[in-house]
Amino acid sequence: MKKFPGGIHPKYNKELTAGKPIVDMPLPKTVRLLLTQHLGPPCSPVVAPGDKVAVGQKIADTDAFVAAPIIASVAGEVTAVDAEGIDIVADQANSGFTGQGKIYASPAELRQLIREAGIVGMGGATFPTHVKLTPPEGKSVSTLILNGAECEPFLTTDHRLMVEQGQELVLGIKLLMEACGAKTAIIGIEANKPDAIANITDLTREFDNISVVSVPVRYPQGGERQLIKTLTGREVPVGGLPLDLGIVVSNVATAVAVHQAVSLGRPLIDRVVTVSGRGIAEPKNVRVRLGTPIAELIDFCGGLTADAIKVINGGPMMGKAVADLNSPVTKGTSGILAFTEKEAREYEERTCIRCASCVDACPQKLLPNYLALYSRKVKLDLAEQFHLFNCIECGCCSYVCPSRIPIVKYIQTAKNKIKRRRRK
Amino acid sequence: MSDKFLTGPSPHILGGKSISSIMWDVVIALIPVSLVSVLYFGLHAFILLITSLVSAMVIEGVFMAIRHKGFKHAGVIFDGSAAVTGLLIALIMPPTAPMWLVVIANAVAILLAKQAYGGIGNNIFNPALVARAFVFMAWPVIMTAWSNPLGLGNWFADLTTGATPLGGAEASLLEMFLGNTGGCLGETSALAISIGGLYLLLKGHIDWRIPVGFIGAAALFAFFSSQFSLYDVAFNLLAGGLLFGAVFMATDMVTSPTTKIGRLIFGIGCGLITMFVRKFASAPEGVTYAILFMNALVPLIDRYTVPKTFGEVKVS
Repeated sequence: MKKFPGGIHPKYNKELTAGKPIVDMPLPKTVRLLLTQHLGPPCSPVVAPGDKVAVGQKIADTDAFVAAPIIASVAGEVTAVDAEGIDIVADQANSGFTGQGKIYASPAELRQLIREAGIVGMGGATFPTHVKLTPPEGKSVSTLILNGAECEPFLTTDHRLMVEQGQELVLGIKLLMEACGAKTAIIGIEANKPDAIANITDLTREFDNISVVSVPVRYPQGGERQLIKTLTGREVPVGGLPLDLGIVVSNVATAVAVHQAVSLGRPLIDRVVTVSGRGIAEPKNVRVRLGTPIAELIDFCGGLTADAIKVINGGPMMGKAVADLNSPVTKGTSGILAFTEKEAREYEERTCIRCASCVDACPQKLLPNYLALYSRKVKLDLAEQFHLFNCIECGCCSYVCPSRIPIVKYIQTAKNKIKRRRRK
Repeated sequence: MSDKFLTGPSPHILGGKSISSIMWDVVIALIPVSLVSVLYFGLHAFILLITSLVSAMVIEGVFMAIRHKGFKHAGVIFDGSAAVTGLLIALIMPPTAPMWLVVIANAVAILLAKQAYGGIGNNIFNPALVARAFVFMAWPVIMTAWSNPLGLGNWFADLTTGATPLGGAEASLLEMFLGNTGGCLGETSALAISIGGLYLLLKGHIDWRIPVGFIGAAALFAFFSSQFSLYDVAFNLLAGGLLFGAVFMATDMVTSPTTKIGRLIFGIGCGLITMFVRKFASAPEGVTYAILFMNALVPLIDRYTVPKTFGEVKVS
């Protein structure tokens, strides 16, 4: 097994929820479905206020290729449509889902089914799955890599899915292989999930072309490029995609969603979210309808503790701080974490002492110290020369920085400035 | 439930390292050499160490108070960086150096070599070595007045004039390894330096590439320039400030390269220049100038050793 460069060993804190089975949260009273829940241009609503919608009905879509439609996660009445999202008051009696498996005649049709189900990468990046599965002209896919690393601290959704819904996962993998034309599949799982490894190994024993590999515990092992390096020894070229190596990487939750969409006809209307952190009274793994207000989800987990000071959508390394607890759960919400004052302590930023801890920790072999310097000074050309856009924003550099410099924040700001400049 | 939540950027968790945790670890790493210096040079060493440590912190505190018109920022003197500079300066002084000279050296280090550049992280040259270069030029006689080590236990005795191994003193390799020879306070004991260096390596505060490059290049230089004498290699590594410089001075984070290859090149450069001075220049020792010279090259070294990033590969 190859090693990717750099990486860190943060405290994983997964024991808070790793042993807790997924529980279903009761339907929320209202949902708010955002029009951008994927990496790509927003969808346009196809419903208007006052419309009655059924659960699973498409309510927003776009002609853009790199996008996935928005699906009503509950039945009910549309109460508002604005530039950002669609509000629906849930019809409690009719929001249960029943459907039938879909029939398809070709990989292209299968990919279309996946698109229509609104499926995107559910590990957090939310890249539309059907796009990922479509090999560009002249290229073919040989290997599907299933990302079960789940290297973000606290998060245990993929872990629980692999333990509880392994059979569905394996069926999903077979569908994904069919959709992209992969001959073999490798499932990479971090070694700290022995029960998941045992279960999936058991379930895939009869398939010669699917293997399970226990990968070392090191953040960001679940980074697409890092996992590919670990499992195949190959590096995805700068600016390129795994497809350039004939590889497609998909996340565990995504594979389960694909199975449900195709075999059961059930589009992406819910997802599993780890609600954890010491600011949450009763940490849980919760299956929740998309669009549920974060506040209601937190209430379902016993509410916030008195000293909770920061709420995060996603993992602690790459997730975003939530300012408004009424904002909804989206397709990419893998976790909702609440941190106490002690966990979320903020430090004064000091001068870089050139210790190069960030250089040693960077899994992309960048020089984060210079990226931060040039980004902050808005020397954007220099920042680009130092491969600004090869940064995956994993946060290792900021994590190890003894001067507490928010390196990733500076890098993100510089990237946005350059993108804006290019658009002009 | 709080009304206002923090909205700071990701990552939302941070590792345990801070500037002060690193700096105080360096202070801990300097304890073995400091103890050995007191063991061999008695009260003289003890007084110099304390004088230097205190003066570095006081000078930095006074400067911060004046610069920021108050004591709001004076607390940085406890981040350990001034303490490191103070200790390092004492450890590169001859045992008979007077207290006033040590205070001047610290003033040069803190005010001229560090704060004039903008304070911690911004200086180009190693502050302790700038101070040494300064007082060495201004008071060459004092800075080359060497003493024999006191016998063990004679800690309150007067020092007697002696020489260093590089200056022709007779010393066995074992004595030089333990530190029982003439020299600057901290540089005589290879054993104590190694213990401190190992601690810093284990803590991850220094990269092996700098000391290994430094010592390795010096050893090879000595080996070939002496027509393959292993004694010459051992002598050159144990004598003078080479080990101390390789472990504690060249590894200063602020003034060394941040790229991995850069660190190796930097170390090799230090080793070669040190040996070049020792063999061909009129000065007996070259560690100070070798490191200062290489400090000046650090921005260039970094610029020309930018590593290939992950994924800079040819697709076959």
